[in-house]
Parts: sequence; structure tokens; C-alpha cells
Amino acid sequence: MFCEESINEYGLPVFRMSFYLARYRDYFMNTTVKPSTLSSSAATVRSSTDLWNALPDAVRSVVLRLLVLGFLCFVLSLASDAFLTATNIVNVLRQAALLFLLASGVTLVVLTAGLDLSVGANVALSACLAATLLKSTGSIALTVSVGLGCGLLIGIVNGLLVAVVRIPPFIATYGMLWILHGITYWFMNGETIHGFPPAFRALGSGYYWGIPVPVFFMLIFLLAGVLFAQRTRWGQEIYAVGANPEAARLSGVPVKNRLILVYAVSGAMAGLASLIFLARLNSAEGDIGESLTLPAIAAVLIGGASLFGGVGSVFGTLIGALMLTLVLNGMNLLNIDASWQPVVTGVIVVLAVFLDKLTRKGDVR
Amino acid sequence: MHEVSYQPDTPYGMDRWMSRLRQCGSAGGALLALTVMCLVFALSTDTFLEVANLKNVAMQSTILLLVALPMTLIIMTEGLDLSIGAVLTLANVVLAMVAVSTGGIGLAFLAALAVGAAFGLLNGALVARLGIPPFVATLGTLGVAQGLALVATDGQSVVGIPDSLQFFYGGTWLGVPVPIWIAVVAYLVFHFVLYRTRFGAYIFALGGNREALTLAGVRARWYLVAVYVIGGVMAGVAALLLTSRISSGHPTAALGMEFDAIAAVAVGGTSFEKGKGWLLGTLFGVLSVGVLRNGLNLLGVSSAVQVSAIGLLVIAALMLDVLRGKHQ
Repeated sequence: MFCEESINEYGLPVFRMSFYLARYRDYFMNTTVKPSTLSSSAATVRSSTDLWNALPDAVRSVVLRLLVLGFLCFVLSLASDAFLTATNIVNVLRQAALLFLLASGVTLVVLTAGLDLSVGANVALSACLAATLLKSTGSIALTVSVGLGCGLLIGIVNGLLVAVVRIPPFIATYGMLWILHGITYWFMNGETIHGFPPAFRALGSGYYWGIPVPVFFMLIFLLAGVLFAQRTRWGQEIYAVGANPEAARLSGVPVKNRLILVYAVSGAMAGLASLIFLARLNSAEGDIGESLTLPAIAAVLIGGASLFGGVGSVFGTLIGALMLTLVLNGMNLLNIDASWQPVVTGVIVVLAVFLDKLTRKGDVR
Repeated sequence: MHEVSYQPDTPYGMDRWMSRLRQCGSAGGALLALTVMCLVFALSTDTFLEVANLKNVAMQSTILLLVALPMTLIIMTEGLDLSIGAVLTLANVVLAMVAVSTGGIGLAFLAALAVGAAFGLLNGALVARLGIPPFVATLGTLGVAQGLALVATDGQSVVGIPDSLQFFYGGTWLGVPVPIWIAVVAYLVFHFVLYRTRFGAYIFALGGNREALTLAGVRARWYLVAVYVIGGVMAGVAALLLTSRISSGHPTAALGMEFDAIAAVAVGGTSFEKGKGWLLGTLFGVLSVGVLRNGLNLLGVSSAVQVSAIGLLVIAALMLDVLRGKHQ
């Protein structure tokens, strides 16, 4: 019932709105979910050949990306002997973990049809603040809380600029990028801070049972992110805001609060990533996080999140982060100059968005 | 339980404050910002009002104006070109390399224009033909141009530029510096095109009502591509001045200049979402950014921190823009 109503009322595409809004409204109304409401798309399956087409867009896109990921691994293992070694795989996982932590926050922002271009600069400022504090006080608890707090605060300011002042997200966060950039350079004054206590460095370069610590963070936040986005009311509200802010508002979603929430989460994740990055590099200078912005956004877009909002998942972003890391790792193994990395990342971003547009058939946009 | 409301938001809390601020928004924001900054720097430094310094501000603003003019058109079409700084850098590197290897300026300048036009065409194709959101498409090409500049130079400066190139930034004609002439001509051309030609009218329509433009039988996409190509070509022209100014090709020469350009456009009152543009505003915006950078320089503030100040200026300008939009 809700599905059809939402189509007639707003004239919106079936998959996106009906799927998310029906689920959202069921949460909202506190009524039990009828199976027929949720599996309306599956009910149209007539024969096994239709199965692929009848799968929800989200499932199809994840399966496709997993196939590409597998293919990438296959090609790389043929191209380089060093690829399928334990050391290299652990290395790839550790790099992907950092990228994923940063990108998972951006994913939520992209789900609301926004973009957070300030994550790289956020990492830089949070890391430099944390490093200074760690060096002067030696207290890890204080360092961690300041790193996270700085990231969170920047995220909240972004959220206020976007949700309350209503500056277009990409330009608000782009302005924020340069503001943070300047503050970081002013704060560091060209100095480099290095040499942190081993207990802190374990955060980025330590191992448990042969697995790098950041990978555990990655798994924890993967689980938390997927559960939050798919299984909680707030998560579903975020999808609803991205799919159609007006419809979401009319359905009683506090749109502004959810927007502030996603930017705050993105900022806090940048704060977390900054700590892990800091612990791994064991040094901090003004330009520490600059090179992370493009890869983080690339991971989100490769992972299948649509810039128009309402489509994408945290799990997809994990696959995106793994793919991008594999490509860059492969270039390393094949001795391709590091200067090519922004070129390749740039091309991949554009390709990912273009392919996403192609495969999303029947979408009015 | 939330109440489902079918009425527009009534102001409460933070919104009420915003609606009060809204009434302060004025159309002459750029001119106001420029005046205030000139006053502040005139009072806080001794050297700001000296003729040599003011001439310096004007000279330095010319390169920015050359990229801010096309940026205005691009932003008017609800687009954005984040790659323009990186393309300018790449054009600078290419111009320097060709000039060093051939010793002639003509061919080098053509090569720079070609690089700019190629990236403009690429941006335009990605945005207009493939429908990729402009800021992501140009973020991608930013990475490409930046990487290519690094790869081409191997991270080193290109030196040994012919001396005749100095003329374009250091020379004078009829007592006025050459870059000022170039900037004035560029401004007049853009002004004429935007306000006096059919193409200019299409640019307004591309941002304001693209649907109507398409329905009227205009090939809107081609004109959109043309706007991005103009951006690239102007980056090539700016590369001539930049190379002349720094007498070399440097792989990070103009990285980040797109932000100054966007700031100038935003301060100039061009709207990011409604297809409203004001070319004279961009001129004021460019001067504002130039004055801000120059004044902070005189006060001994480092370049990175200047960028912070420009960031705050952009956020403030956009706040005013949003407020104005709501007010009307």
C-alpha cells in the first residue's frame, strides 16, 4: 500500500522510494511489517532467468563489484609474483582499513546527496593537534579523545553549514577544506613532530594474531556501519533524506538533524582515521592528510553510492576501498611511478560515476 | 510521535536567527567586502596605500581574473571546475617545456592553449554528455592534470625560459603593464559575450532553466561543453602570464588557484544554484581576494593561512547568497 501511494503522490521511481520509504514508514508507524510489503520486488519473479533482473539494485551492484574485485585479484596475481604473498596481502588490508574508515563516514554523507570534501584536511588538523598533545603530555587517552573530538567538531560545523545555513554541501565542505588547511599550517608552523610511544603506535602498526590492528577497526566499523544504516531507524531515515528530502520531511523525518548527524559522523570517522594514520606514520606535519581526500571519495563512488543520494551502502564502500587499494598496490608492485597515482585515481572516480549511471537503468535522473 | 506537517517550516530556534540575519543581506556584498578590507589594511599597515603596492595588487590579480571570468560562466550553469588550477599548472609546465626546447614562444603558447582546450573538452564531455556531476568530474580531471604535471617534470622545475617571455608579465605598453591590458581585454570580451550575444543568453538559461532551453530547440549540451572549453582555454592564456611571472614551469605552480577563483566568484555574488551571475561582481571578487592576500602578506601572514581567510570569506559570501535567495 505504502509503495503505491508513494509512487502516485510523488511520481518517484519504484525501487528506490518504495523500498526505503515503505521500510521507513513501518518503523515510523510502529506497526508490524507485512512480508508482502517488503518483498514486493521479489514477488514479480516469474522464472529463474528473471532472477538477476529482479534482484534489488543494491544487491546487484554489490555482486557485480565483488566480481570485479575478484577479477582484479586474479589479474594482479598473474602480473606480479609478489602480489599473493602474506606480507603484501596484510599490507593491502592495512591500507584499505585506513581508507575504509575515512570513506565509511563519507558514505553516509553521500547517501544524503551531499559530499564531504573536507575529510582529508580534517585528518590533517586532528592528527597535528593529537600529535602535539601526545608529545607534550604523553597521555594516550587525552590524545585519542582530542583527535576524535576535533574531527567531530569539524563535522558538526560542516553539518550546520549544510543543514541550517543551507550552503550547497560540496562548496561548504570545500571552503572548510581550505580553512582547515590554513589552520593546520599555521598551527604546525612548518615543524614536524615524530617519535610517539609504542603503546600509541600499536594503534596503527600493531598486530593481533598476525592481523594488523587497523583491520580490526575496519571490521568493527563495517559491522557498526552496516547495522546502523540498514537496521536502525536513523539509518533508514538517512536513506529517505537522500532519496527525496521533501518526501522525507513530509513523512516526519527531522531532515536537519539527520544531515547534521551524517556530517558529524563523517568528521568523527576522520578523527579516528587521523589517529590510526598518525600511529602508522609515527610523525606529523602540515600536509599529512592532503592526499587522502580524493581516494576516500573515490572509494565511496567505486563502492556504488550515488551522488544523487539514497543509493549506496557501507559494505559497498568497503569493496570500493579494497579495489582502489589493490589498484594502487598493483601499480607499486609493477614499479609504476607514484606520480601516476592521482591520475589513475582521478580516472577511476570518473569511470565509477559514469558506470554507475549506466547500470542504474530506469532511473529518471 | 512526530506530527506530519504539510506546511512550510515556521521559523524557530536557529532558523529564527537566520531569518533575522537574512534582512542584513545586501546586493553589493562584493563592493562592501572590498571597501572594508581596503579600509582595514590601509589602517593596519603603512605600505598598503602606496602606489607601488596597489599596482602590485592589480598585477597579481590579473592571472586570477583570467580564470575567474570563465569560472563565473561555469558556475552560472550550475557547474564547477575544480580542475582549473591543475590545468593551469599543467599548461604552465607544457608552455615552459616547449619554450625551452624550441626557443620560440608562439608554439609554446599554442601548446598551452591546446592543453587547456583538451581538458576543457574533457570536462565538458564528462559533465554535459555523460551527465557526471561537475564537481566530481572536475575533481577527477584535477587528479589527472596534477599527476600529468608531476610525471612530465619528474617533480622538478623547468628552467631556461627565453627572456622574450618576460614581456607578458613584466613589460609595459603605452605606460600600462601588459598583464593589465590582457586582463582588461579579457574582461571586455567576456562582458560582451555574456550580455550582448545569444551565447551569453544561453549561458543564463543553462543555469536558470535548462529544460526550457532544450525544449526551445537549442543544443544545450553543446553550449555547456563550450563553456567548459572556454574555461580550459582561459587557463592556457593565464599560463602565459604565470610562466612569464615565475620565469619557469613548476609542477605545483597554480595548484589551489581554483579555490581563489571560486572564492572570487562567490564573493562577487554569483549564485551556485540559480543561474544568476554578475560579471562585474567577479571583478570585485577578484580584487577582494587580491587585496586580502596582499594585505595579509604585508601583515606577515603566511600563504597557507591566507587560504584560511579566503575560506572564511567564501563561507561568509555564501551565507549572504543563501540569505539573499531566501529573502527574494
